[in-house]
Amino acid sequence: MIQIRNLIHDYLRRDEEGNVEGSQRAVDHVDLDVHAGEFIAILGHNGSGKSTLAKHINALLYPTEGTVTVDGMDTTDDQYLWKIRQEAGMVFQNPDNQIIGQVVEEDVGFGPENMGVPTEEIWERVNESLRIVQIEHLRKKSPNRLSGGQKQRVSIAGVIAMHPKCIIMDEPTAMLDPSGRKEVIRAARALNAVEGITVILITHYMEEAIYADRVFVMDQGKIAMQGTPREVFSDVERMKKLRLDVPQVTLLADALRQKGLDLPAGILTADELADALGLKPQNKPRKTESTDQKDTI
Amino acid sequence: MKEITLGQYYQTDSVLHRLDPRVKLVGTLCYIISLFIVNSWPGYVAVGLFLAVMIVLSRVPFSYIVRGMKAIAFILAVTVIFNLFMTPGEPLVSIWKLTVTREGLSFAIKMAVRLVFLIIGSSLMTLTTTPTQLTDALENLMGPLKKLHVPVHEISMMMSIALRFIPILMEETDKIEKAQMARGADFESKSIIQRVKSMVPILVPLFISAFRRANDLAMAMEARCYHGGEGRTRMKPLVYERRDFIAYVILAVFFGLCIAMRLLNL
Repeated sequence: MIQIRNLIHDYLRRDEEGNVEGSQRAVDHVDLDVHAGEFIAILGHNGSGKSTLAKHINALLYPTEGTVTVDGMDTTDDQYLWKIRQEAGMVFQNPDNQIIGQVVEEDVGFGPENMGVPTEEIWERVNESLRIVQIEHLRKKSPNRLSGGQKQRVSIAGVIAMHPKCIIMDEPTAMLDPSGRKEVIRAARALNAVEGITVILITHYMEEAIYADRVFVMDQGKIAMQGTPREVFSDVERMKKLRLDVPQVTLLADALRQKGLDLPAGILTADELADALGLKPQNKPRKTESTDQKDTI
Repeated sequence: MKEITLGQYYQTDSVLHRLDPRVKLVGTLCYIISLFIVNSWPGYVAVGLFLAVMIVLSRVPFSYIVRGMKAIAFILAVTVIFNLFMTPGEPLVSIWKLTVTREGLSFAIKMAVRLVFLIIGSSLMTLTTTPTQLTDALENLMGPLKKLHVPVHEISMMMSIALRFIPILMEETDKIEKAQMARGADFESKSIIQRVKSMVPILVPLFISAFRRANDLAMAMEARCYHGGEGRTRMKPLVYERRDFIAYVILAVFFGLCIAMRLLNL
């Protein structure tokens, strides 16, 4: 679906006359493959180059060196520009700065309008998108009156209406409160599981990355770690060095293990830890229930 | 600042609300012109009647409209006072050096009526039309100007984005003001110079943030395939219906009547 080969991106610093003064390498020799239908999480602290990387997939930035191809189309090839932007939709951090419409449904229709979709089909797409992120009841509202989580779901609906194959979310939860974050992550997971859309989630909240199929950790423009969430989070020491927090449960399990408890590495949820500790069976029914819930959200 | 209700869209379901925005735009224009065409008391009564019917049809509560008028009460008062005292003619009352003349009185009242009618009439349009509809109508009506290379689509897109960001920037101004107040900034000072000076620490961050937002928005629009008006389709295209044609006919009759009154010196 997405192939990134040896990607380098330099931000140029210019003086007042526009001459190049110097450059800063934001992305440094990155190779990344994303397959259709995957849920990918990219982690990294501020300035690690994860947003720069994401903007390449949507052809908002072009590689200084290396190539990025989306569905076989090179992002530097102008003839594919709009096709790439339609196939790889993007959700940004600040919901206020990406909603154009003054009514929710009009904003969702903005993408299809730009693509030249006929009027009746726009309505079909808008209805469908609003249903997928479960905000049909808000369709006539002004975006200014919505909560952060709702606004961000409007943004997601706006991308879905373009019928993308892949959605890149650039820290969509960074400005939201915990309940808003949950809303957005739930919507992202539903998109991936139910609609089969490839999701690339960029975040610095580890709890959001545990649902991913694969996790990439970026540091100073390079990919520092990659693997399943279990593999990546089991290396607690390394994560700390990269200035990232592992989920609290993982941290606890790791601490217990170092004290000599016989626990597997890379425990991600409270339930797993409870299981590994062999907690009382009377807790079991409740536990399975909660795991079920997690699977359905 | 949030008290401004003048011309803010009022959501309800009425004939005026359902009317095509182009009709309303053309109608408002005709109405304003007719206000300046008529120049006699019967004429004002006719225009007033027309306006009254429109207000009833709009289903916007009259008190809501009047509340919006508070914002312009000051301008109105100034206009009236100047006209009252500054028009030469047959003196009616004399107070100190100021003289109220018969002509002045009649002119001041006419001016006030005109202003009030003008503002109620045009705010009625924005009360019954969403900003989006309005920009759509504007883009549509200015369509012929595209041939003269006027960037019609861009202008209307700018308008609608500006309208979308007004509440966001207002909120931001409020936030910045509170942040500066928390650090001891004085916005309550009596002297105007002091107050103007105290605006600087609000405006600078506001501008910076506005530019940052503009940058983000441009990127978000591009990411959603925005590339100007070309090849763009409409989610809510403007289509004239029967009621719109009827409205045009009524408008034409009204406008003709106003011209006739002027010509016949009624």
